[in-house]
Amino acid sequence: MLEIVNLKAGYRGVPALQGVTLEVHKGEIVGIIGSNGAGKSTLIRAISGLIKPTEGTITFKGIRIDTLPSHEIVRLGIIQVPEGRHLFGKQTVEENLKLGAYLIKDEKKIKDHLEHVYSIFPILKERKKQRAETLSGGQQQMLAIGRGLMSNPELLIVDECSLGVAPIVVEEIFRILKTINAQGTTIMLVEQKVHEALELAHRAYVLQTGRVVMHGTGEELLKSELVQKAYLGI
Amino acid sequence: MFIQLVVSGLLLGCIYSLISMGLSLIWGVMGIVNFAHGAFVMLAMYAAYYGDQLLRIDPLLFTPVAILLLFFLGVLVYQIIIQYVVDGPYVSRLLATFGLGFFLINMAQFLWSPNFRTIKESMVHGVWKIGSVMIELPKLASSLGSILVAALVFLFIRKTRTGQAIQAISADKMGAALMGINLKRIAAFSFGLGIACAGAAGSLLATFYYIFPDVASLFGLIALVAVALGGFGSVEGAFLGALILGLVETLGGYYVDPNWKYALMFLIYLGIVLIRPQGLLGRGKV
Ligand SMILES: Nc1ncnc2c1ncn2[C@@H]1O[C@H](COP(=O)(O)OP(=O)(O)O)[C@@H](O)[C@H]1O
Ligand SMILES: [Mg+2]
Repeated sequence: MLEIVNLKAGYRGVPALQGVTLEVHKGEIVGIIGSNGAGKSTLIRAISGLIKPTEGTITFKGIRIDTLPSHEIVRLGIIQVPEGRHLFGKQTVEENLKLGAYLIKDEKKIKDHLEHVYSIFPILKERKKQRAETLSGGQQQMLAIGRGLMSNPELLIVDECSLGVAPIVVEEIFRILKTINAQGTTIMLVEQKVHEALELAHRAYVLQTGRVVMHGTGEELLKSELVQKAYLGI
Repeated sequence: MFIQLVVSGLLLGCIYSLISMGLSLIWGVMGIVNFAHGAFVMLAMYAAYYGDQLLRIDPLLFTPVAILLLFFLGVLVYQIIIQYVVDGPYVSRLLATFGLGFFLINMAQFLWSPNFRTIKESMVHGVWKIGSVMIELPKLASSLGSILVAALVFLFIRKTRTGQAIQAISADKMGAALMGINLKRIAAFSFGLGIACAGAAGSLLATFYYIFPDVASLFGLIALVAVALGGFGSVEGAFLGALILGLVETLGGYYVDPNWKYALMFLIYLGIVLIRPQGLLGRGKV
């Protein structure tokens, strides 16, 4: 469904990705793991069109997307829940969610999606009139994911959703991601919490200084010496 | 006398509010301080003037036309200038709108001469006396018109899908882009809307204010001070800041010295900025 070939990108001439090749198939949960500064966020910023790659191609459902602006990429069905959440703090929970369905014109559909998101995250329904900035870290992360689901994306990319969230809530969020995936949404899971991510992911890629140094099934990677040494401290 | 001055100040402040709201909106969405804002007020005043002279349409009734004209002018200016400097360095953003304002004022002097003009008599005229307080009806009509337009813009931003997108961009550009909001399109629209506010105010002002090219500098500065006073990015703050400026103008003009009223406005501005740099309402909701 998503194919990335020899992708290079950087910031003001300083490279952050040095030729990344990977693919995501429909229905999968694909993990992208690596330590801080490895280039994970840069990779998905390029997928979402927030930065333009200097080399390589990104193809989604057979369409080249690396030249498209962000809103066109969203229209094709790729939604990113960014690191740091990037919520609209002064707007209410429900307004945030409705903005997630910005490209949907059909009011009925928006309502259905809203009910769906509320059924996944009941706490958001309770807090729907509250400003987003008044929520706790975990609730904000749920709102960010819920907002991402409002357009019913085909590919949901979640960047470091465990950051600043209590461990018990992280568990809950991961469980919910599994359910969302079972309902048909393909997921790219970007994480520094390597162990948890590899347990959830069907397959995963290990990124180091802008390169894929290893990939395989979650299980394979959990057993591999490289992952155990570098990320699990075993 | 005091009540009289307060009333006059508030009436004036309402019109300043509308101008400032547009400036604040533009700043919130694209991080641009529109130094040409007053020039658009001035253009709308001339448009209303010629509407009155040539077409015999009263400036009050001309207001919707001015809103439309200035909206499209704003979108056009965004397309040919602003979009190219929006992501550029601070200096180029500053110079672009500053230069545009300068150009428009000089163009107006060239086309229409620097002389003062006035509309002979607007459809609403005369004075309304309540006790010892005199309310000039043209000013009252313009203020009410300004409040109406400002309220409509406010409702639009709060209640419509496009308005929600405008708020979203002001709050978090990247978040907005990731929701599929076309940043350029909404920015163009917001610039148009901000300029339309200036346009509405210009047309409403034309009923009683002197019309001359340099009026642009005056209103541009007032709006800038009002927005800084209220807090950049807060439309409510801009509103409040503008009301305060209206009061300072009339009260200061009377109790201090008419020649000093603008100096006084900026003095108060400096005071507030030194004590509370984020403005009165900080960075509130758009
Ligand atoms: N906005 C930015 N400007 C300049 N350099 C950046 C920016 N974002 C990230 N980088 C650099 O790019 C590299 C990869 O960063 P990033 O993709 O954020 O890594 P990760 O998400 O894996 O932690 C790092 O060296 C980082 O310092
Ligand atoms: Mg990151």
